[in-house]
Order: sequence, then C-alpha cells, then structure tokens
Amino acid sequence: MMKKVFTRPKALTDKPFHYCPGCTHGIIHRLVAEVIDELGVADNTVGVCPVGCSVFAYNYFNVDMFQASHGRAPAVATGIKRSLPDRVVFTYQGDGDLASIGTAEIIHAAARSEKFTTIFVNNAVYGMTGGQMAPTTLLGQKTTTTPKGRDKEQAGFPVKVAEMLSTLDGAAYVARVSVHNPTHVNKAKKAIKKAFEVQISGQGFALVEVLSTCPTNWGMPPNEALKWLEENMIPYYPLGIYKEPAEVK
Amino acid sequence: MARVTFREERCKGCELCIAVCPEKIIVLAEHINAMGFHPATVVEQEKCKGCAMCARMCPDVVIEVEREVAEA
Repeated sequence: MMKKVFTRPKALTDKPFHYCPGCTHGIIHRLVAEVIDELGVADNTVGVCPVGCSVFAYNYFNVDMFQASHGRAPAVATGIKRSLPDRVVFTYQGDGDLASIGTAEIIHAAARSEKFTTIFVNNAVYGMTGGQMAPTTLLGQKTTTTPKGRDKEQAGFPVKVAEMLSTLDGAAYVARVSVHNPTHVNKAKKAIKKAFEVQISGQGFALVEVLSTCPTNWGMPPNEALKWLEENMIPYYPLGIYKEPAEVK
Repeated sequence: MARVTFREERCKGCELCIAVCPEKIIVLAEHINAMGFHPATVVEQEKCKGCAMCARMCPDVVIEVEREVAEA
C-alpha cells in the first residue's frame, strides 16, 4: 500500500511563502507547523510575528496570529498568555527583532519565566532591510554596513542569545539548533517540540535559537550558504541544549 | 516502491533538494514556471527510495513523498 510519508502540515495555510529562494525560514515554519500538528494544539495556539522578513508569518500559520511592533513580540505574548493561560503561545522572531530592538523584552520575559515559547531565527544579518549588520553578525562578516567585515573595535562582538538567556533562572528550556542538513533539521524539530512541551506542562519560558541562512544578503547560492553556516556560524554559536528542566518522575 | 511529487508552480529552484538526494535523481527543469524559476523535478522516478530528504530540506514545502508500507 502506498502511504504519504511526507506532506504539508495542516498548521500551514496553502499560501506560498514570499521568502527568497533557498531561505531557511520556510524549513523552520514547516517544523513549527509539524510540531503544532503532532501536539494536536492547532485550535488552541496563538502565534506572535515579529518585524523582519517573517513579518507575514501570520499568512502562513493556520492558527490565530498576532503581529507585534518591532521587538515587542515577547511583551505581546506575555499579555496573551496571562489573559488566556490555556492557550499555547509562541513568538517567531529574527535576530534583528529579538537581539537588537527587542533585547529588553526577551530578557525580561525569560526572567519572569513567562510560559510561552520563542522560536528565534538567527541568520547573522538584517534580511528585510537589505543586509545590514545585526547584533549577531560574525566578526569579519561583510554586510552593507560593514563592507570590510565586522570590526570588533568599532562594532563590538556578536551576541550569543542562547547562552545569555540560559543564565536566567526564569528560562526553563534553552537550545540552539541548525537547519543546514536533514539530520539537523530533525534535531531542530525535536528541540522545537520540547520547547512547546515545556510550555504546555507549565514549566516556564522556552526558547529555541535556530541558525538560519540568508543567501540573498550573504551574496551566495543557497547550498553555499548552508555550507557557510556550518563552517562559520556553528563554531561561534555552538549547538546544543543550554538548559532543560529536570524530568519530573 | 516510492513516489515523489513536486508542486512545480511553487518551486523557486534553490537546489537544496538536489544537493541532499542520495540517488541524485532531482534536476532543474529546462522550462520555467510562472514565477520565472526553473523548477526542480525528478528524472528517474523508479529510483526514488522515498527517504524524503528532499522534502525535509525544501524551504517551500513543494515536495510530497509516498512510499510502499507493509499492511498493518
């Protein structure tokens, strides 16, 4: 008997993504949707979009969606979760949104142990606005505002969000994953699922940082971008689970 | 036996599926789709093992995979 072993998750609408060819936002959207399907929580889920390339994610997730001001998704998610505590709430944010203008919001949401899940997509560049340096841009990485490469004397060092947030007592689950090959895509899905489960069981704030590519603004073909991610981003942003709740026996 | 289906009209020709296919049976088509991209397509369907690596890497959820499974 022929059986469908891979098909579009129900938690995605049928609208085609507007992302550039080879942009890994699409993979990460699909993983979040697959997790929502597997947990059976689509009717009960509220997502909050950022400002950035994924600002239109509300068109793609087939669940209730909000769109927050730049960087403020964790504040909006806090309000939703506190007023509707039975809902599954997630924010989907890029590095320009979360690690720059939204630094205060994400740190204090984690510190308060707000019971929602954040999917943090780190591609080391501002995508939507045309490839400027982000807080997560690597030293030496060329962007439109660092044409000779990011210089630590002038622009300081890239922010390691997963490590930083894992120092907060309120953060229950913090992991960093990547989507540069099928094995890591599977691992990323497991981490995202765990982050949703931590929220559902009421254990506190959960964040998954997903290393992602931006072929357009990095100026390379999509497959080269995946290789660049593996060779340059992973050494600076090590993958792994930075914090997880002790299993309840 | 396995079958892989591409929704060609959604494909942006990024080639991520081509790089991960262990059987190397995915190519970009000669023609272009309505968005102006050469869509990915399968040349030797009978060689497909249904591993779904292509589908897992596809950023546009273009690919569906069916595979022969034992009756329960």
